[in-house]
Amino acid sequence: MSEPLRSDQLCLAAAGIARIRRKRARRRWYVWAVLLACLLAGVALTLMRGQSFTPSMTLLRALGGADVPGVGFTVRELRLPRAVVSILAGICFGLGGVAFQTMLRNPLASPDIIGISTGASAAAVFAIVVLSMSGPAVSIVAVVAGLGVALLIYALSWRRGVTGARLILVGIGLAAMLQSFTAYLLMRAPSWSLQESLRWMAGSVNGVQLNQALPLFIALLFFGGLILSCSRDLEALRMGDDIAEGLGVRLTATRVSVIVAAVGLVAFATAVSGPVAFVAFLSGPIAARLTSRNGSLLIPSALVGALLVLLGDYVGQFLLPARYPVGIVTGVLGAPYLVYLIIRDNKSGGAL
Amino acid sequence: MSSPSLLVHDLMAGYGERTVLDDINLTIPSGRNTAIVGANACGKSTLLRTLSRLLVPERGKVLLDGLSIHRLPARRLAQQLGLLPQSPIAPEGITVLDLVSRGRHPRQGLFARWSSADEAAVAEALEATHTTELAERAVEELSGGQRQRVWIAMALAQQTGVLLLDEPTTFLDINHQIEVLDLLTDLNRMRGTTIVMVLHELNLAARYADILVAMAKGRIYAIGAPEKVLTEQMVWEVFGLASRVIEDPVTGKPMMIPLGRHIACEPSRDRVEEPIKNTPSAEICA
Repeated sequence: MSEPLRSDQLCLAAAGIARIRRKRARRRWYVWAVLLACLLAGVALTLMRGQSFTPSMTLLRALGGADVPGVGFTVRELRLPRAVVSILAGICFGLGGVAFQTMLRNPLASPDIIGISTGASAAAVFAIVVLSMSGPAVSIVAVVAGLGVALLIYALSWRRGVTGARLILVGIGLAAMLQSFTAYLLMRAPSWSLQESLRWMAGSVNGVQLNQALPLFIALLFFGGLILSCSRDLEALRMGDDIAEGLGVRLTATRVSVIVAAVGLVAFATAVSGPVAFVAFLSGPIAARLTSRNGSLLIPSALVGALLVLLGDYVGQFLLPARYPVGIVTGVLGAPYLVYLIIRDNKSGGAL
Repeated sequence: MSSPSLLVHDLMAGYGERTVLDDINLTIPSGRNTAIVGANACGKSTLLRTLSRLLVPERGKVLLDGLSIHRLPARRLAQQLGLLPQSPIAPEGITVLDLVSRGRHPRQGLFARWSSADEAAVAEALEATHTTELAERAVEELSGGQRQRVWIAMALAQQTGVLLLDEPTTFLDINHQIEVLDLLTDLNRMRGTTIVMVLHELNLAARYADILVAMAKGRIYAIGAPEKVLTEQMVWEVFGLASRVIEDPVTGKPMMIPLGRHIACEPSRDRVEEPIKNTPSAEICA
């Protein structure tokens, strides 16, 4: 650069990188489209196949409200609510998880590992069993508890600043405590079935109703919108606090918005489906691999989360010898990845 | 691009109880290349952090064109003042183009689309740092020198009048050090960007900076042209090192030659008379 840059040379370079950008944008849309198509196929599958097979025309008629004997109830009351809630909860977990992982720059820092969904779940059980609450009030209690747990983790891991590793260890400890609290509460509610108890321990969409989807949808619009509005700041945070601040990111404001929004998403979803194991933890890393880190991970993680819950539930219901709740299936998927991450970080000298 | 002036007034700053900087008054001249030098832990990096408002001072203020940087909205400040911290970490899997494009962050609103001005700024930054052909590569695959050029490209894409750099040449081979400093000099001469950098290497600082700021124990020891600041006395008082300062035969700038305890052919008057002990070599170098 000993002489000034020539303008034609610059134009050429600009055209070149614009081309690269378009190519990458195309690839990004392609991944999104494939994920969306998988999701739609998943919905079609779960609506059509259950204990009995429903042909597509009958299915459409049943969805349209026509009274098809033997099908209308199955589709509208059993399968549809399940699919809708699975998708909404999956999106909430996926978004909340990847937001935490991105902000704390650590895949282990997801809300289901560090006790936030466990806390929301414990609070939901407490509200139902001890306080005899139901409906949206349970969600509110879960959200407040989730935020409380987040605050508690932050306070407990504070020693002249918060480092990722300490925060995660404190969170894992809290998660274990909260899980035993949930188990204790469930023991005192002897009238509950095993399935119902499993919802609050591992996560399940058994017996959900369509009216539970509405508050979840509203929460998703509100908190999801808040997270998406922080998308660029989150991306800048990945380069470290100093660089992000140098680029004009307001660190505290961004952190507070992201924490409130992610906790809100995870807690609302937990109040309906329980803490579906490892969905928040897995969605981001899977999305990162699918997109080869091309662009923001928020939308792909949300889609991956929805797919995980939807298909996990289907597998648990129909492809395994007994009926398992979705959380058991996703738990089996997530555990090996957790072990892998811990081994990898151990080998690389703990790049937590 | 007009280059704003940076003024430090009666500054005191530190971390918690520990005061690192005290009584700092400093005018960073606009459009010049300023290097901050000093021994380890003398407060150089802390001063740079305070200048870039990563650190809020306990007393005093930093004024950018007369406005306190700690009061300016974050985004507006980031449009005028760029920062490259010491050994920044690239996010996993990010490409060069994506990283450099992040430099446009302060100029993009919530819903703003990527504009042709953004694209031109990124292209110019890539060309200036000779990283255009690396655009699609992952940053983590690059060599240290390439990586540092990419980070500088990100700062260039930010198009700020002032650029602060904390030891931009650390961990680089000598040829890459020269490459980076040449690049910053080009930037300074051709765009008039005000450059403030913390440098370890005294001779490179004297060669490339218009103004040297020597710091010792959290205060400013001397400030001025390299010829005035880089003296044997300064090296002794700031670094505790006996040295000889001569004129660089190539540039005419001052050049410091350290006097260790093992000088082979030293004229008799400065010969350090001390028996050779069986000391580990690291200690001698220190």
